[in-house]
Amino acid sequence: MSAVLKNVWLRNALLVAIVVVFMTVVNMAAHGEFLNPRNLVTVLEQISYNCILGVGQTFVIITAGIDLSIGSLVALSGVVMAQVANHLPFGGVGLVLVTLLAGLAVGAAAGWINALPVVKLNLPPFITTFAMLEVTLGLSYIFSGGQPVALDNAIFSSIGTGSVLGLPVPVIWMIVVVVIASVLLTRTRFGRYVFALGGNEEAARLAGIATARIKTLVYVISGMCASVVGFLYMARFSSGSPDTGTHDELLEAIAAVVVGGTSLMGGQGSILGTFFGALLIGLLYNAMNLIHVDSYLQKVVLGVVILLAVVLDELRKRYLARA
Amino acid sequence: MSPASPLLEMRGIGKSFPGVRALSDVSLTLYAGEVLALVGENGAGKSTLMKILAGALRADEGTIAIDGHDVTIASPLDAQKLGIGMIYQEFNLVPQLSALQNIVLGSEPVRGVALDERAARERAKAALAELGIDLPLDRPASRLSVAQQQLIEIAKALSKRARIIVMDEPTAALTEHEIDALFAIIARLRAGGAGIVYISHRMEELPRIADRITVLRDGSVVETRAADQFPAADVIRAMVGRPLDAHFPKLPALAPDAKVVLDVHDLVRVPAVNGVSFSVHEGEIVGLAGLIGAGRTEIVRAIAGADIPTSGVLTIDGHRTVIRAPHDGIEAGIAFITEDRKAQGLVLGMSVLENMTLAHLEQFVNRDHLISHTKEEESARHMIDELHVRTPSPEQLVRNLSGGNQQKVVLAKWLLGKARVFLFDEPTRGIDVGAKAEIYALMMTLLENGAAIVMVSSELPEVLGMSHRILVIRGGRIVRELTRDEATPDAVIAAATGAAA
Repeated sequence: MSAVLKNVWLRNALLVAIVVVFMTVVNMAAHGEFLNPRNLVTVLEQISYNCILGVGQTFVIITAGIDLSIGSLVALSGVVMAQVANHLPFGGVGLVLVTLLAGLAVGAAAGWINALPVVKLNLPPFITTFAMLEVTLGLSYIFSGGQPVALDNAIFSSIGTGSVLGLPVPVIWMIVVVVIASVLLTRTRFGRYVFALGGNEEAARLAGIATARIKTLVYVISGMCASVVGFLYMARFSSGSPDTGTHDELLEAIAAVVVGGTSLMGGQGSILGTFFGALLIGLLYNAMNLIHVDSYLQKVVLGVVILLAVVLDELRKRYLARA
Repeated sequence: MSPASPLLEMRGIGKSFPGVRALSDVSLTLYAGEVLALVGENGAGKSTLMKILAGALRADEGTIAIDGHDVTIASPLDAQKLGIGMIYQEFNLVPQLSALQNIVLGSEPVRGVALDERAARERAKAALAELGIDLPLDRPASRLSVAQQQLIEIAKALSKRARIIVMDEPTAALTEHEIDALFAIIARLRAGGAGIVYISHRMEELPRIADRITVLRDGSVVETRAADQFPAADVIRAMVGRPLDAHFPKLPALAPDAKVVLDVHDLVRVPAVNGVSFSVHEGEIVGLAGLIGAGRTEIVRAIAGADIPTSGVLTIDGHRTVIRAPHDGIEAGIAFITEDRKAQGLVLGMSVLENMTLAHLEQFVNRDHLISHTKEEESARHMIDELHVRTPSPEQLVRNLSGGNQQKVVLAKWLLGKARVFLFDEPTRGIDVGAKAEIYALMMTLLENGAAIVMVSSELPEVLGMSHRILVIRGGRIVRELTRDEATPDAVIAAATGAAA
């Protein structure tokens, strides 16, 4: 694990330096509000949704794929979970667990369907997941009648807005997801095969790897991460809405992955990188809000930062390749 | 331009990369109407030198003159304008475009803003006429044979009026028959006044094709001599800096009671493999010879499960096995060392260690299902020592190794398993003399341990020198079986081409 951490730090050393300088300056401009622990916890809570989506997307992108359906899958799983929760005859922990399982099943099923044409017919995932985006979006409107489905049971709201050890529940989820995903990707055969598949699919297949199964699993993981986010949003707002997750969520998740050093060409990437990518984007938004940067301008800055991060990463790689 | 000045003169060329002096004070002269062979081990600097000529790299020092005039080659476009044409080992064709479109790519004739289809066709036909060949011009490049694709590359260079033509290992992917055709084309180009720099690892070709031979070693020119005064043994000595006595190791005799390890019965894979039966004993190498497209690679692919066979029975150590995927092949004890290591054998962006353990990761997993890096590193270091893989560390990316060392990583990957059957497809393609010898030595070790080896090779001397038996394949069938004593180049070629023996 430490080797991986070191690698991530080295990879992002320049970025980290820039971020530190930037944060110090912003903190002064914001009269100490920025680096205030309460504010930082808020940032962590804000990035947790994006980070969890990004983690799922990281698996897919390392295999040189893409999952465009995650945003609308957040909506669909939220709506389905709200309907399930409202129709269950029991309450308490049982209610929460069954609801969550229903959501995860929706995500896993969508991921499996995403992968099917990719695996069987070698169709580009851009197309299959784009189709899934439309289908899930439509379904989430159908299952909700176009309106947010309000939750009858208050237990969800205490989960969505609650804290454990001073950390909001979504942050706990993020930490758990990041740790599990990171171990999965760096320490298991599955993880190694994900990299091999993204680096050279034919070589992976000839090495006896069940490439179809690995590919299917990454889309299932991505779908389930979307379900987790759907659950967290639903709990937070006490309703499952067909509108949550369908705005900038997809693009910001991809941004977190890319800023985190994962290659869209496949074969390279890390979960911790995605976490730092999401954190960087979150800090940037928060800082800009604190020093009252115009919200339109915020978008411009974000775009420039994404480009810069990728350019820096590329230059670093070229430098390392020459050395 | 004075008639005495050489077509191309590179003088005192030097080039360094961080930490490596790739070329130092290299001078090379090429006259119009000659073939200059440029030889050297991998890493000797041939590619770097040619990339400088092609404008893909800038030299740190030295000058280049064409027809006696100093020139600056700052980009591939400059090189093209100066009449330099490159035929790389890996072709630069757009697979979806037709042969015609590829030939004129980058210099399409236009009328106004519209492409001039007719002029393009005429230009392409003129280039083909110059080569004395015919090609299906409207067929996509992806549907042409390797030899045909190479001809497109040559025609492409000619259609851009190249007079200095660099060919990097042009015969590596060709069969004997196609090589003859290529040599005839080179003879025509030479007669037409072109100068050809011919890069090759194949010693036996040099006397046939080269006028002069220049040997590079460690970034410097060691020697240049007329080809007829430069016997192969001398060339090899100049390349490696030491005499390499025997080209091939002595094959151990087959034990009279050697058991059959692999038995293939009536293997069919539509359309390339049409009923193939043979068996291989422990300690035996069976060579598959034949022309490109004869079905040799397809046979070994079907055995390994890389392609699913249409029908046929496979028996390994007396057990009937059904192989539907590469995984089944590995389980059954088959190791398949593919023809194209970059496309099929290696994950280039992964480390030496990760590539070595990829096919047998289950050996490196702890009880908690997590991969043990310590175990992996131990095995990788062992393999690196055993196979003399030249790499700074197990963590080095395979991308950064030379061809020979990459091939050793592929071998290490399969040696980590318990395979009984090794299928080698072109095991030494594009690797240098030293690494070749090491790979042959490794095959000997495998034989001693009772492995059965099937080797596909387009290098006739390799098939002849490294096989106990040779099966000649044509049209997806075994057309001739030759023992080591019967196997002569003539006999193999006659059977492979269908000429009356």
